[in-house]
Amino acid sequence: MTAGSTLIACRALVRRDLTLVWRRRGDALNPILFALIVVALFPLALGPEPEVLRRIAAGVIFVALLLAGLLALDTLFRSDYEDGSLEQLVLSPHPLALLLACKIAVHWFTTALPLIVAAPLLGELLHLADPVRPVLLAALLLATPLLSLIGAICVALTVGMHRSGMLLALLVLPLYVPVLIFGAGACNAAGNALPYAAPLLWLGAALVVALVVAPLACAAALRISLS
Amino acid sequence: MNVLTYWFHKLGSPPVFDRLARVLAPWCYGLALVLGAIALYGGLALAPADYQQGDAYRIIFIHVPAAWMSLFAYIFMAVNAFIALVWRIKLSEVLAMASAPTGAAFTFITLVTGSLWGKPMWGTWWTWDARLTSELVLLFLYLGVIGLYHAIEDRRQAARAAGFLALVGVVNLPIVHFSVNWWNTLHQGSTVRLLGPSKIDAAMLWPLLLMALATHLWFFGTLLARTRNGLLEIDGGKDWARSIVLASQPGAAGAATERSHV
Repeated sequence: MTAGSTLIACRALVRRDLTLVWRRRGDALNPILFALIVVALFPLALGPEPEVLRRIAAGVIFVALLLAGLLALDTLFRSDYEDGSLEQLVLSPHPLALLLACKIAVHWFTTALPLIVAAPLLGELLHLADPVRPVLLAALLLATPLLSLIGAICVALTVGMHRSGMLLALLVLPLYVPVLIFGAGACNAAGNALPYAAPLLWLGAALVVALVVAPLACAAALRISLS
Repeated sequence: MNVLTYWFHKLGSPPVFDRLARVLAPWCYGLALVLGAIALYGGLALAPADYQQGDAYRIIFIHVPAAWMSLFAYIFMAVNAFIALVWRIKLSEVLAMASAPTGAAFTFITLVTGSLWGKPMWGTWWTWDARLTSELVLLFLYLGVIGLYHAIEDRRQAARAAGFLALVGVVNLPIVHFSVNWWNTLHQGSTVRLLGPSKIDAAMLWPLLLMALATHLWFFGTLLARTRNGLLEIDGGKDWARSIVLASQPGAAGAATERSHV
């Protein structure tokens, strides 16, 4: 196989996944609605005082987006597994890790990016402080691809199961802990007028490593669960 | 083939391992109980009371060995999972999965004894200290591995998938520990710290080390017993497994034929 044909395969895969999402574009709104509802629950539970909400805003938005991403993870391989095209991907002569990286990228583009776009709105609901907003967006831009990549490994391990929802949460959430700490840590540092570059740089470094390693791990995991 | 490699290959065969484990497991349990009893006597009765914490510090003789074991069991599981994934050795798959429940139990004991110790010393059952949080995440990792192992029907595929998760966790664990340390130091400053065991008295040290030895032996005892069960489960249809089951139940052969007549 030549390099050109691998490129064509990746392009075809991206176009196919985007078309599938576009045909069911109503579903793409669900993660945003979920995050909106979760964020709306916090003022109802804690009371509407702006000071209280401002202090927890960044952390709540981070957790809400993390949970929305967790729920959306299930759709990464589900329909492909059910119609058998996932097995065709594994059988194809092209490097599986590369194809999976394309799938993960499309999934991030269609589920996480809308959430990031909605994040400023969620911030207004919780009276997020103005200086924190750009830091929150930067942290989310770095953290959500990382979450998608880590999550994809665990989804690949649970791909054949019927009721994998709770189990997937149990597998994924402990691995999400460092991402949450650094992402929300940067926002809290910005809120307290402390330097926030270090956690963002750590997130970026972790993202670079995960971009290389996670698709390979995802491919290995997929081969185990489809064997 | 040299003697060591030959012995290693032979040990990897389930019937040989089963014979060895049947002999070794009671010894591990027995020695663990004896040494553990001596260590408990040394720790609870012979060792002097701490000048600051009084008698409350004596929970260290359970807490610290259990904490060591929670990490040791995870590393043991990850090493075996690696061997199982790379060289496809059936025994390593079973060993990795057999160490998970015991490791989770030790992690749980660490958290429980730690919170019992924290109540009189720190005045609270739980504090979001870096070590406590990492240990909690470790427990979740164990539970994830166990949950994944039991969610897949095919035993060997389940062991490989759960072993892979254990390997992902072993990459993640130092990052978790580091990030939690960073998070904690940024927000809380220095928490109330216990006296480090750096200047521990010899009268306190020997029960601690003896208890650590006892918990290791107990771990290997349960490991051998669990691995025997796991191997019998996987190889249930094979001759060696059948002969062991028939040998352990003298009436089983007769009962089986009777049932087939009915």
